Amino acid sequence: MELRINQKTYQVDADDDTPLLWVIRDDLGMTGTKYGCGLAQCGACSVLVNGNIVRSCVTPVSGVIGLEVTTIEAIETDELGKRVVDAWIEHQVAQCGYCQSGQVMAATALLKQTPKPTDAQISAAMVNLCRCGTYNAIHAAVHELAGLPAQKEGA
Amino acid sequence: MSVRIKSAQDVLNWPSSDPVNLSRRRFLTGTAVGALVLGFGLPLGTSRVQAAAAAASTELGIQVPAFLEIRPDNTVRLLCPFMEGGQGTFTAMAQIVGEELDADPSTFLVESAPPGEAYVVLENGWRITGGSMSVRMSYPVMRRLGALARAMLLQAGAEKLRVPVSELSTEPGKVVHIASSRSIAYGELAQRAMDLPVPDPGSVQLRDPSKFRWIGQPVKRLDAYDKSTGKALYSIDLKVDGMLHAAVQHAPRLGMTVGSLRNEDQVRGMKGVHSVHLLPGAVAVVAERWWHAKRAVEAIQVNWQEPAGDSKVRPMPADFSSDEFLKQLSVAQGTSRDAEKEGDLAASLASAKTTLEATYQNQYLHHAQLEPPSALARFNTDGSLEIWLPNQAPDMFRADIAKRTGLDPSRITVHSPLLGGFFGRHFLYDSASPYPQAIALAKAVGRPVKLIWSREEEFLRDVLRPVAAVRFRAALDDDGMPVAIEAISATEGPTEAIAGKQGEKIDETAIEGLAGKSYAIANKRIAQIYVKGPVMLGYWRSVGNSLNDFFYEAFLDEVADKGGKDPFELRLRLLRDNPRLTKLLQTAGELSGGWKRGPFIAEDGTRRARGVAMASPFGTHTAVIAEVSIENGQVKVHDIWQAIDPGSIVNPAIVEAQVNGAVSLGLSQVLVEEAVYINGKPRARNYDLYPILPPSRMARVHVRVIESGEKMGGIGEPPLPAVAPAVANAVSQLTGQRIRSMPLSRYTFT
Repeated sequence: MELRINQKTYQVDADDDTPLLWVIRDDLGMTGTKYGCGLAQCGACSVLVNGNIVRSCVTPVSGVIGLEVTTIEAIETDELGKRVVDAWIEHQVAQCGYCQSGQVMAATALLKQTPKPTDAQISAAMVNLCRCGTYNAIHAAVHELAGLPAQKEGA
Repeated sequence: MSVRIKSAQDVLNWPSSDPVNLSRRRFLTGTAVGALVLGFGLPLGTSRVQAAAAAASTELGIQVPAFLEIRPDNTVRLLCPFMEGGQGTFTAMAQIVGEELDADPSTFLVESAPPGEAYVVLENGWRITGGSMSVRMSYPVMRRLGALARAMLLQAGAEKLRVPVSELSTEPGKVVHIASSRSIAYGELAQRAMDLPVPDPGSVQLRDPSKFRWIGQPVKRLDAYDKSTGKALYSIDLKVDGMLHAAVQHAPRLGMTVGSLRNEDQVRGMKGVHSVHLLPGAVAVVAERWWHAKRAVEAIQVNWQEPAGDSKVRPMPADFSSDEFLKQLSVAQGTSRDAEKEGDLAASLASAKTTLEATYQNQYLHHAQLEPPSALARFNTDGSLEIWLPNQAPDMFRADIAKRTGLDPSRITVHSPLLGGFFGRHFLYDSASPYPQAIALAKAVGRPVKLIWSREEEFLRDVLRPVAAVRFRAALDDDGMPVAIEAISATEGPTEAIAGKQGEKIDETAIEGLAGKSYAIANKRIAQIYVKGPVMLGYWRSVGNSLNDFFYEAFLDEVADKGGKDPFELRLRLLRDNPRLTKLLQTAGELSGGWKRGPFIAEDGTRRARGVAMASPFGTHTAVIAEVSIENGQVKVHDIWQAIDPGSIVNPAIVEAQVNGAVSLGLSQVLVEEAVYINGKPRARNYDLYPILPPSRMARVHVRVIESGEKMGGIGEPPLPAVAPAVANAVSQLTGQRIRSMPLSRYTFT
């Protein structure tokens, strides 16, 4: 089958129902997208499909044929993605870093669709799990990107 | 018929077929981390001989060339004795070494060092990444390492510039001869410098702390960029030429063994399957793709056999229920051993007009690090073994692999990639790591194999945070102040669980946090009743303190209430002869805007209360205040204020990040997490039924670091233990319902 990933075309020999995650990681060797749960629970595998955030561990590869997939490997080629990465570094978000590819993708998807999200919209979009507890740093980084105060609203 | 592998030893004894396609080509592309681990050895030259000689010396961390490589471009490559798993140790070590080497930490490239005596730098002679030991217990040694390297560079500079070394000084990254306005970059001198004899460790002068440039500063993490762009590589990401992928299906209960497979032919015919293997307590499928391996192995129908009487692992009984086990613990009788005993407990309890007692308990927990465990094993053509695996103690893992395979340790190369979280998960736990399986499979198929445990297989074999039931008794004087406290914990500590039996001395990891409290209560007894349970246990961030400070600090609030005292004031009174902890507690109070317990009505109209708790784990002292309300029947934690006194620190930004992370894990355990066993099986094998703290339940975190100048304490674990009791105490005050167990999701609040 033919896939469009990071604006390149790849020929892949995979079963229709293979999760996109494993095609990206094992067939194409792009390991920035992570496996955490395989059940769409944690979000470590988040990628963009036509700009929408998708959990690639439960997305059959056949479902993205003809669509544009973006992984963390291409994040810096996107102007907004680069800004997100810069904010992640500025706020020193990462600890172990394993979930952060997915977090950066989630933030990029949110800001692409809603450049000035409200606090509630941010909370609704930034739901990926982080066992290191970088949630407040993520919150601050996304709020800065959204032009909102970094401090958590009267939670 | 598939081949039955009883142990890695079996396969090593087989006649070896030539491995296929064992290219030694470097296996990774040019990313900063992990790419350069292969083939690293001590640089050739006299220093190498010296390094070997120095191994016999008792001086730690003096084999400079084993740690440092300064490249022509002035990049400083540091082989770090510690693993990086998020705690920031790579950056901290670059700051410490760089400070004395006189090289900007941002020019460092840090990787995990291989096993080896040279890398034992902890003052206790260990080589582990754990116990919040890395910085606090290697700080002088790692500073001296940098200073020794600087001295060697100065010596090389003196030779090159043909001036006495006394006329030279350094500026970041270069040797400077002020008199002639000449300078030479470290990168130009390094090759010669690293061949020079390492100076007498006592001969180097360390920098005056008042002149520190990087220690004490919020230096940016060296791994921030790679981890924000997907470039950081973890064990699970690695690949070598000719590698196959493997997945396993574990026995539903530990100790069960493979009887027979009912559908093996069918599974062997599934797409992508290379081979099917029977392993101790597991079946495995090797395939060209991990997805094929996983799908095939999950399709295997196994006739599992009950554990044999001589099972080498702790067998899980078919009727085990964690809830029932906790009930048994709460009424456990038996011999208790004292961990702490002062005064006359019996007399003060007997004579007091006011006494109280209560029983507390906690839950099992998973580590739940986001990176599922994996191991990549490769036998080279000469029969040596290379293995890439997550670990917190490479020498212990190498020794274990040597024991399992019969290979000499010198023929085993252990690579330690970045850890996708650890929290205690990657110590050496028999039956809880994929590497024995990966080694057996690599040998069996004659090709490198990367084995990944699916999340489900991981949750089935993860070692759990221990449980305890603690029976407290306390006596109050006429003024309502506690004069006696007793805590008897029915529990098994992680260290004695791993040993499989109670040691001659009490397992400190079982009772730390009950023992070691600083409150001035004249009569006390802290004791343990050892109850060996059926669950394999492990170390979980902050270890015994993660449960015991919850018990003690929550009970202390009961004591305060019984005596009519405010819990904050009670703690201050019990600490009045302890200026360090008095200041700490007062600081937490100030940070929160002044102690107020509530309940009170917040600006948004919600009814809230605050709780306080303290803990002193791993050489650091902490005080936490939590503010809570009830929202839709669940506890909402709004704010956590934490004052922390680790004596002194290296990187305030990383400390603050670690406090945030520890608060998150502390909230997770008190609010939502529990590993529940029913009929010998875990109720949850993924995050769907095993919730960990989601972002929506994180609190705001306010941190105040006190550098008291006392002996340096730990950072990774200490900010965790006081979180749960502070929250529990706030909830008790808000609801009137006494919280004596975790998690709070088991309670009903209105």
